[in-house]
Amino acid sequence: MNFDARYAAQSFKSVGTRPIRPDGVDKVTGRARYGADFNMPGQLVGCILRSPHAHAKIEKIDTSKAEKLKGVKAVITATDLPDLTNGDAAMYDILDNCMARGKALYDGHAVAAVAAIDARTARQALKLIKVRYKVLPHVTDVDEAVKPSAPLVQNDVFTAGVDPRPTKPSNIARRSQYGHGDVDAGFGKADIIVECSYRTEQTHQGYIEPHACVASVNSDGTAELWVCTQGHFVFRQHCAGLLGLDVSKLRVTSSEIGGGFGGKTHVWIEPVALALSRKAGRPVKLVMSREEVFRASGPTSATSIDVRIGARSDGTITAALATLRYSCGPYDGMWAEIGAMTAFACYDLENVRSVGQEVLVNRPKTAAYRAPSAPMAAFAVESAIDELAGKVGMDPVALRIKNAAKEGTRSSYGPVYGPIGIGPTLEAVQKHPHMNAPLGRNQGRGMACGFWFNFGGQTCTDLNIGVDGTVTLAVGTVDVGGSRASLSLVAAEELGIPYEQVKAVIADTSTLGYNDMTDGSRGTFSSSMATISAARNAIAVMKERAARMWDIPVKDVDWEDGHARARGKKHGNLPPLSVKDIAAAAPKTGGPIAGHSELVADGAGVSFATHICDVEIDPETGATKVLRYTVVQDAGKAVHPDYVEGQYQGGAAQGIGWALNEEYIYGEDGRLQNPGFLDYRIPVCSDLPMIDTQILEIPNPNHPYGVRGVGETSIVPPLAAIANAVSNAVGVRMTHIPMSPPRILAALDGKKAG
Amino acid sequence: MVAVTLWGSVAAAAGGAETIDIEAKDIRELFGKLAEQYPGLEPLVENGIAVAIDGVIYRDSWSKELPRDAEIVLLPRLAGG
Repeated sequence: MNFDARYAAQSFKSVGTRPIRPDGVDKVTGRARYGADFNMPGQLVGCILRSPHAHAKIEKIDTSKAEKLKGVKAVITATDLPDLTNGDAAMYDILDNCMARGKALYDGHAVAAVAAIDARTARQALKLIKVRYKVLPHVTDVDEAVKPSAPLVQNDVFTAGVDPRPTKPSNIARRSQYGHGDVDAGFGKADIIVECSYRTEQTHQGYIEPHACVASVNSDGTAELWVCTQGHFVFRQHCAGLLGLDVSKLRVTSSEIGGGFGGKTHVWIEPVALALSRKAGRPVKLVMSREEVFRASGPTSATSIDVRIGARSDGTITAALATLRYSCGPYDGMWAEIGAMTAFACYDLENVRSVGQEVLVNRPKTAAYRAPSAPMAAFAVESAIDELAGKVGMDPVALRIKNAAKEGTRSSYGPVYGPIGIGPTLEAVQKHPHMNAPLGRNQGRGMACGFWFNFGGQTCTDLNIGVDGTVTLAVGTVDVGGSRASLSLVAAEELGIPYEQVKAVIADTSTLGYNDMTDGSRGTFSSSMATISAARNAIAVMKERAARMWDIPVKDVDWEDGHARARGKKHGNLPPLSVKDIAAAAPKTGGPIAGHSELVADGAGVSFATHICDVEIDPETGATKVLRYTVVQDAGKAVHPDYVEGQYQGGAAQGIGWALNEEYIYGEDGRLQNPGFLDYRIPVCSDLPMIDTQILEIPNPNHPYGVRGVGETSIVPPLAAIANAVSNAVGVRMTHIPMSPPRILAALDGKKAG
Repeated sequence: MVAVTLWGSVAAAAGGAETIDIEAKDIRELFGKLAEQYPGLEPLVENGIAVAIDGVIYRDSWSKELPRDAEIVLLPRLAGG
């Protein structure tokens, strides 16, 4: 289908306004239905038995006593999920992660599951399953895992991406490299070189709603899945593939979602629920506890990053080098590779190299977390850039502006940039009153930049015009951040009708064509493109209907401001026809009016942000209070500015938690010590200042309205901005995230000790 | 003939090749010839690979034409949150 996605500088009536959110009333009154709010007749309760060991061979599983317990309807192990992946290594890893096959690879790895008539019976049954483990040596630390003496997480992983191929297995699953120029020559030209190593600890996305689903597999091979997900079409394909179901016979409906941030792009419990339902012959509801969410769903990587940057005395960077080690859990990933791609993306560099190493550890399988991998790389690089500014004797913002990427710059990950917003965000920060506000005792200010790619992808949308002229918009990208409001605005804009006359819904997998999931900040970018296309197709139909109503050639009908208008003087007396007029006549002019669109939304515009942060440190306790925080980010075009600001604020809030508090803590036994919100503390409102925002709009040339994605970039700068602020407040470079009170006290003690 | 630059894990899968000259009019033809000449790339091509044409990234558009003087960069397909 041909659709011209080029940016057209147009004025807007609906886009850019701030109507109230369509899902707000349901969410604040409790009517909204989340993953666990759905029930089916005859439904059973599912529970999962998880490994207490970080690394263990599963020698035997005896489920006989559990199966005999009254009320138990099914017990499954890996044998009930046979390997149907046909050599697809990534799918095999997903299968193995959903249910351990031979070895438990982390504390919390699923080893068996039960479906019973109620939760009490299911939990009793779990206790009756006897698993004989042979405990193996484990490794949970990213730096320990790369040592030659470390226990091997997988015995058959040989580092890919190195030549010649290694002859011994390793916990470094893969190496990747990005960059251009001659880094050694670049360092040779430098007057000043900064070099430092940084660490970040593993964090969880911390979504409020745990994973939850209801699965029902019928004896005729059809199945239904109600699930909290960021991508029900992708879940359908993964579940169908893992269970040997026909894709078209598995109907997946996405619930409202209580946060995802990348963590709900991956199946965890869903294939297990379907396998239990298949065996029991009844629907099964499976809901993770918070402890299970922490132990057994995907957190982000822990990292260890070395950075070296050289510059001339005027502040021009001559060379930049980084080695990034990212933990992946027990399976290969591409997390270090993304870190390597994003690390230096903000800068115009003649000589740059970044090397990524994917490191296997006995921790849960790493999953995407909002601009995955970029915040840690930005923390390391932006900390080093601040150090460089200090040594050069330049203002940190001025040094960044001097070296910022611009249109025509070859990015450090390959392509040449089109129009981009890093320069404008830095200039906006330079002029922002926040940068000149006075600071008090024990206070410090920091700033930092961040980059994210943004994605497009496969998208399908239906737009149906009702007989009263109101519009239903059916989209397939799950609404995780307000896209139903944004897409309704887009439909209203195109059709020339009020926003209130559009109702956007998320269609299930049986009623709409395939959609990629809502990840990579693609929801509004991609589905707005498809919505514009669908609306324009509907307008073409309405012009035909108007021509029939007037009995004139369709070539004489124009569409303007929400109305069909007869062109030329010969039809001059015909009053314009509104959407409502045309819809009312539809039964007699050809039947239902609809617009459809299926497309691949390519050309997502890259996104940049610059943040400013003020903190105050309590030197007695090491506690940090964030006093003031400002986000400046390029949105391309803010379709619904309230939601865009909300994304900016949300990313900053999550970043503040990551920077100051959040951390997976493992014991010597390889078990997670803090799988709950009491011991894994995410920020609450009282921990945060009002987060100020400034939206910049540098249009994306590859979207009709100039839209870029906005959901992820805002979490990229906070770790670095806060680290720079804390470092300035305490007078010591902070190199380890989170900067929890003990680490700050240690830094202060170290400073006193000289 | 178009000059294609390979980066990161894509270059590694092609045995370390960084620049390849290929006669291809569109992305579909490019993928076909890449898989033919570099079998190590076949799984990546099968599972999705990104093509940057003059800085604009395309993922699933086989019919996208490759202008002769365009800068073409192959990148791995990324995960997002």
